[in-house]
Amino acid sequence: MSTAIHKSSHGSVHESPKYKGKVLPLEYTSHEGPLNILGFWIFLATDLILFGCLFATYFVLRTHVDGGVTDKELFDNITSFTAETVILLTSSFTSSLAIFAMRNNNKKRLIGWLIVTVILGLSFVGLELREFIEYYHEGYTMSRSAFLSGFFTLVGTHGCHVSLGIIWMISIITQIARYGIDAINARKTFIISLYWHFLDIVWVFIFSVVYLTGVVS
Amino acid sequence: MLDRLKEFASNFFVTGEPMIYMSDVAIVLVSLAIIFTLTYFKKWKWLWREWITTVDHKRIGIMYLISALLMLFRGGVDALLMRTQLALPNQHFLDAQHYNEIFTTHGTIMILFMAMPFIFALFNIAVPLQLGARDVAFPYLNAISFWMFFFGALLFNLSFVIGGSPDGGWMSYPPLTELPTDPGPGENFYLLGLQISGIGSIATGINFIVTILKMRAPGMKLMKMPLFCWSVLASCIVIIFAFPALTIALLLLMIDRMAGAHFFTMTGGGNPMMYINLFWVWGHPEVYIVILPAFGILSEVVATFSRKKIFGYASMVASLMVISIVSYLVWAHHYFVMGASAGVNSFFGVASMIIGIPTGVKIFNWIFTMFRGRVRMTLPIYWTMAMITCFAFGGMTGIMLAAVPIDYQVHNSYFLIAHFHQTLIGGVVFGLLAGLYYWWPKMFGFKLNERLGKWAFWFFNIGFYVCFMPQYALGFMGMTRRVYTYPADAGWTSMNFTSTIGAYMMGVGFIFMVVQILYSIKYGERDLTGDPWDGRTLEWSVPSPAPEYNFAHIPEVEERDAWWEMKQKGQSLVQLNHQKPFEPIHMPNNSGRPFIMSLFFFIAGFGLVFNWWWMGAVGLLGVAVTMVLRSQERHDSHYIPAEEVQRSEAALGRF
Amino acid sequence: MSQPTMNGNKAPHVPMKNLVGFLLSLILTFAALGLGLAHVMSFGMVMFIILILAVLQIVVQLYFFMHFTESDGPRYHIIGLAIAVFFVICIIGGSIWAMTFNSQAL
Repeated sequence: MSTAIHKSSHGSVHESPKYKGKVLPLEYTSHEGPLNILGFWIFLATDLILFGCLFATYFVLRTHVDGGVTDKELFDNITSFTAETVILLTSSFTSSLAIFAMRNNNKKRLIGWLIVTVILGLSFVGLELREFIEYYHEGYTMSRSAFLSGFFTLVGTHGCHVSLGIIWMISIITQIARYGIDAINARKTFIISLYWHFLDIVWVFIFSVVYLTGVVS
Repeated sequence: MLDRLKEFASNFFVTGEPMIYMSDVAIVLVSLAIIFTLTYFKKWKWLWREWITTVDHKRIGIMYLISALLMLFRGGVDALLMRTQLALPNQHFLDAQHYNEIFTTHGTIMILFMAMPFIFALFNIAVPLQLGARDVAFPYLNAISFWMFFFGALLFNLSFVIGGSPDGGWMSYPPLTELPTDPGPGENFYLLGLQISGIGSIATGINFIVTILKMRAPGMKLMKMPLFCWSVLASCIVIIFAFPALTIALLLLMIDRMAGAHFFTMTGGGNPMMYINLFWVWGHPEVYIVILPAFGILSEVVATFSRKKIFGYASMVASLMVISIVSYLVWAHHYFVMGASAGVNSFFGVASMIIGIPTGVKIFNWIFTMFRGRVRMTLPIYWTMAMITCFAFGGMTGIMLAAVPIDYQVHNSYFLIAHFHQTLIGGVVFGLLAGLYYWWPKMFGFKLNERLGKWAFWFFNIGFYVCFMPQYALGFMGMTRRVYTYPADAGWTSMNFTSTIGAYMMGVGFIFMVVQILYSIKYGERDLTGDPWDGRTLEWSVPSPAPEYNFAHIPEVEERDAWWEMKQKGQSLVQLNHQKPFEPIHMPNNSGRPFIMSLFFFIAGFGLVFNWWWMGAVGLLGVAVTMVLRSQERHDSHYIPAEEVQRSEAALGRF
Repeated sequence: MSQPTMNGNKAPHVPMKNLVGFLLSLILTFAALGLGLAHVMSFGMVMFIILILAVLQIVVQLYFFMHFTESDGPRYHIIGLAIAVFFVICIIGGSIWAMTFNSQAL
């Protein structure tokens, strides 16, 4: 079946490629589409290991507070991290709505939901920065204890991923605005949405095993 | 002002060693010679168009290979310097600091900048051709991988003349490598050089997994793939799941050093053992990353030169997959002596021994393939036989080390050194050399001279045993690794001296290889058929070197050893050219951006090494801009018109 | 673009699947939070349940949002993710197991 796509090649698609009797979505119709999507899934698996290592480090060092602040004392602002969680969950939802709009060939809605996602992403990063600055003013910095090193690095790495995703998403929005929904843009949009959902999954674990563990312990 | 400049320069450049000054002069002269030659023959444009911007897997493979051989030279010189220092007791050929730097760079270079590009070279040259594909899945990413590796290696090697080499060992264990005990920039060179090339390695892993899963010729089911492709798949699975651990280990140590965090420090609650844990989560799978492709090469070579189907194909595939999974469950055997619970040590000890089972399966299968075959004694099969022997024994000493009580006795002694050199030289290097000789005609269109190659083979092989067998004994006699000298009454002198003789024999073997290559460029037997070994797999069905598009028509595959089966039926790809009309071929565009992006990584890395934050920021900004530009790119491929394909096939005598 | 059908699997005009996914993810989040604040069970037990809820969250994201059953061929990406999850468990579990040798609760 991949040869069928080969021949029709990217850009202009003459017949809709199928797999197991189902017509494939637009993002699978170019030569690059399925390759890039599979490649990106595998990249996400790699990124999962990356975060796994950070989580492992955090767990091992969680109690190494060097007489300083513990996780229970640090995460006393439940509203703040719950708000971050809800915002990110919502942004994951809106980015899935963007894909929904894309598959209904609704360019306006697609761009609209992507912009909402970007705004939610920005507010997430903003809240996280505010949280970090707060900690900084209370003297809880990375160089205070191993626990804090682990916390800032784990959560900060996630924040960097989100920030990168925002820039990337903006770059894709500009392309959709210019060229509309075609096989190339569909592929790019689908991939950024995978990335965005993945970051949501990572955050769910940060929420559960970093923040909630602190609250429970 | 002049004084300050002088002071800066004396700190910035490595000074005070006559050997280093000599190397400085050599580096400057060689660079000038290269620049002069390129300018004189007006080759700058050629270099840029044909090589630096290329996304062709065959050219990228060649660039990987050249880098690997250069790094083999540098790592080898490091080894000879060490062996010279240790030849006799109480020598002052190298001082302690210099010795530390040399064993650090030797280990790092040989694993990350020699073995890795060497396997990537063979991945690139062989995998798409064996699969019947026109390129890898992500040609642009492939170029990024190469240039990331290149600039990572360049950054690391720069420490030789600028700032000072790293001296914390190739594993770079904290707390020694933390800022208070290792303030120089050398350690930063290590961290950033490895980080940059590591990103490239992960990208290569993803690239080849997708290539193998998605780009196979029609009819080539997974279980009909050549075994080398299976081994690459297994190796890439290990790459993508192991390298992130190295990324994190290096990143956290870098944060410790640059932002004052306390991951691995002795103060602030840090735990240095966590670095060692993370490092080996990558480090042990890493040795399987480099050995698995060697297993694949052997499977191709024994089948081809025995003129037989490989014995036990399915068990070969299964053992590759088992190794790639179990390799994750053994990492803690690198620190049995840490004092973990008996449960931990037993688990990781037993898991390490289990790896011996699938490996044994492979060794038997190779032997049974050769058994009752008419084995043609060519260079690839020489190295294959040498590898099977050497690796089997190296593996056995590994089983000894996996037994925890023995490990307590011999860990970090020369026994360990002998063990891992026997698996990494006797396994990886021998295997890769077999692959190099095997695919060389495919890469360059001529064979390497057999006579000179056999000289190289015997010098290298005998040298290997003379060098490393005494080291097992030295380990039992109590000599630990990384000592820069030893007293005369330790009783180690004769063994060490013998070992040094062996090392120089291997050096002579390497020189023979260089001579062999230079000689064969001029006088080597040209490969006009594209199938010099009477091969079995699809890479031998196309001319040597393969045209840009690899296959004018993608062949339909029905059996394992597709090309062999075609030949048995009297078919060839030339017939396809006559039967089917030529069609335009979809090819990726060349791009200079992978080079420029990696250059920005290099700039960022260099700035971070010296804590010049502005430079780091400039570099990272450049990286971001090139990435956004890539994201904005919409068409990065073109078509080779059918007429041009036809013309080029005709020029190759195939139409 | 001249692309009549975006999705052959008959795209509905109300994103029901997405809405259900969103609701489930919110419910799971607040269940975990409520459990964390309630202090009714032992630490180990709470952590166990919270982890299970987090795993359910992954399933929700994968199934409702990420279209992870879609593919144009064999679903290699699911195998890849499964291996990744296995290794993550190995790395985290193994690291904690090995590193508790001298756990200094400073």
